[in-house]
Amino acid sequence: MHDLAQQIVSGLATGSIFASMALALVLIYRAMGIINFAQGEMAMFTTYIAWQLVQNGMPMWAAFGATVLVAFVGGVALERLVIRPVERAPQLTVVIVTLGLFTAFNGLAGWFWGFIVKSFPTPFPTSPLQLGGVAFSAQDLGVIVVSLVTLGLISLFFQKTKLGLAMRAAALYPEESRMLGIRVGWMLALGWGLAAVVGAISGIMIAPVVFLDPNMMQTVIVYAFAAAVLGGIESPIGAVVGGLILGVGINLLGTYVDAIGNELRLAAALAVIVVVLMVKPAGLFGRATVQRV
Amino acid sequence: MRSNGPRLAAIALAIVVIAVLPAIAPSFIVFDFIFVAAYAIAILGLIVLTGMNGQISLGHGAFMALGGYVAAVLAHNAGWPYWIGVPLAAVASGAFGILIGLIALRLAGVYLALATFSLAVATPSFLKHFKSVTGGFGGLSLDTVKAPGWFPLDAQNWLYYVAWAVTGVVFLLSALLVQGKFGRALRALRDNPIAAVSFGVNPYYYKTLAFGWSAVLAGIGGAFLAMATAYVSPDTFTFALSITLLIGAVLGGILTFWGALVGAIVVEFLPFVAQKINAGAPGVVYGVALILMMLFVPDGIVGGLQRLVRGLIGQPQLQPALEPTVPPAASIAVDQPSRE
Repeated sequence: MHDLAQQIVSGLATGSIFASMALALVLIYRAMGIINFAQGEMAMFTTYIAWQLVQNGMPMWAAFGATVLVAFVGGVALERLVIRPVERAPQLTVVIVTLGLFTAFNGLAGWFWGFIVKSFPTPFPTSPLQLGGVAFSAQDLGVIVVSLVTLGLISLFFQKTKLGLAMRAAALYPEESRMLGIRVGWMLALGWGLAAVVGAISGIMIAPVVFLDPNMMQTVIVYAFAAAVLGGIESPIGAVVGGLILGVGINLLGTYVDAIGNELRLAAALAVIVVVLMVKPAGLFGRATVQRV
Repeated sequence: MRSNGPRLAAIALAIVVIAVLPAIAPSFIVFDFIFVAAYAIAILGLIVLTGMNGQISLGHGAFMALGGYVAAVLAHNAGWPYWIGVPLAAVASGAFGILIGLIALRLAGVYLALATFSLAVATPSFLKHFKSVTGGFGGLSLDTVKAPGWFPLDAQNWLYYVAWAVTGVVFLLSALLVQGKFGRALRALRDNPIAAVSFGVNPYYYKTLAFGWSAVLAGIGGAFLAMATAYVSPDTFTFALSITLLIGAVLGGILTFWGALVGAIVVEFLPFVAQKINAGAPGVVYGVALILMMLFVPDGIVGGLQRLVRGLIGQPQLQPALEPTVPPAASIAVDQPSRE
């Protein structure tokens, strides 16, 4: 039983990271109908920035804050400079542009920091915590807390602040919002900034586990796709629930089903994506939409 | 009407250059051009599927992996020669392509991109898992291809000519395929699916077939990649390979077969040059080039040059659009359900 409880908590920890990355994808998809294939690489790049700051002697949590700020500004700038010109372009164009960002960030990280795997300091205590007689890893618990606080803050921002309301309005009813004086373009850019922040936090949370290298987020982003698709790609709640289900499910499958093991976890995520898209494309929380052929 | 003269002249020139290259270029360039052939075949597959039919695949490296491994396993375990291995690689990859094509029918637009992206990222983990067949992490080595006795040059030149002969054949077959009814159906389904279906084009049949043929090409490309290195491993077929194919298609020109040839040359040689600056430079150059191309020259090097030449000799310009000039049918429909 103890073992199971530990596995579930560790699944929730990875799941909350999938949930955060999935939320970052959903924020952008809802607002612009774009899947940002570079989301994971942006998160990886900002994680390297955090690493560099820590290397330069900054305390871990200060580096965390600084990185979040850089991610926000970077996300807004990317939207303004790169995405805005192709906002109304055909889907293929937008996909290729985000893949261009993917490739560029991957290359830049290799350029600045090399392709050799680096260890990343954990911001949490290394000794396990005793809860109800079971030892849980403080890293796992810390990741869960930080991710949930982040998701909670994002939700509060969208529900309770005027700016959040304006962003939701701009995403759902751009024309009407414009008539009411909302700067729709800037709202979309803010959305990119927020998504980049959520991504940066996920990157810093997962880096102590998967280690730091330019390809570290490529499997994570696939899990995030699976989480977003499972929850319904237009639903923020769905992204979070999908991420947690996927994290726990894959961890249990990988641990207790020998045929899956470590290597086929990714295949399980792929299966989730394909099956959900074929059987229930709206996901668990999404609304079915009318599709043309 | 465009005359066929310049096009035939360009084809003849390409054939002559390829035929005499081993005589004039150093051996390592000839070796590199075997890879160019492998990439050109696979990129052609992507052009048929994504450029002509509008189905976005970010996972063509997976088909190359299948083709490469089929050829390698047959050679390694059964000792079968490549002239059986390559056709079987094409068949296996084509069958897998039809399967994915059937799934793709249910995934509209960007969802297909997402699923194929995930397939490409997951490919190495499949290859590592089924160790008994694939050799796991370590991969499989193949015997190098040997030249027949009557061939006057060495084995590398033999593989070069075989690869380019096959390239010529598959380009010709693909050209014949997309010139007729099949090609019109593909483009119609890309540009205006509702109109195409109203005119009796069966979307299931043509889209699945396009996926199948595209995968056949990628599989053949993968088999030649395996034969050129005489070795396959999961690290050969990572997501980077899939994205390399897309980069080749986009930079070369995703709307024309010439794009496959130019794109293959770019992705084979550009990294060598860029790596001299820094190991990360190829990625940066590719990424920036992809974005700039999409912003300014969406029809790629070949498309851009064609427009340039037409402008110089005063012929009317064609639209440099990646997608149709006709508005998609959905925007005509009244009362679009608003997104909520």
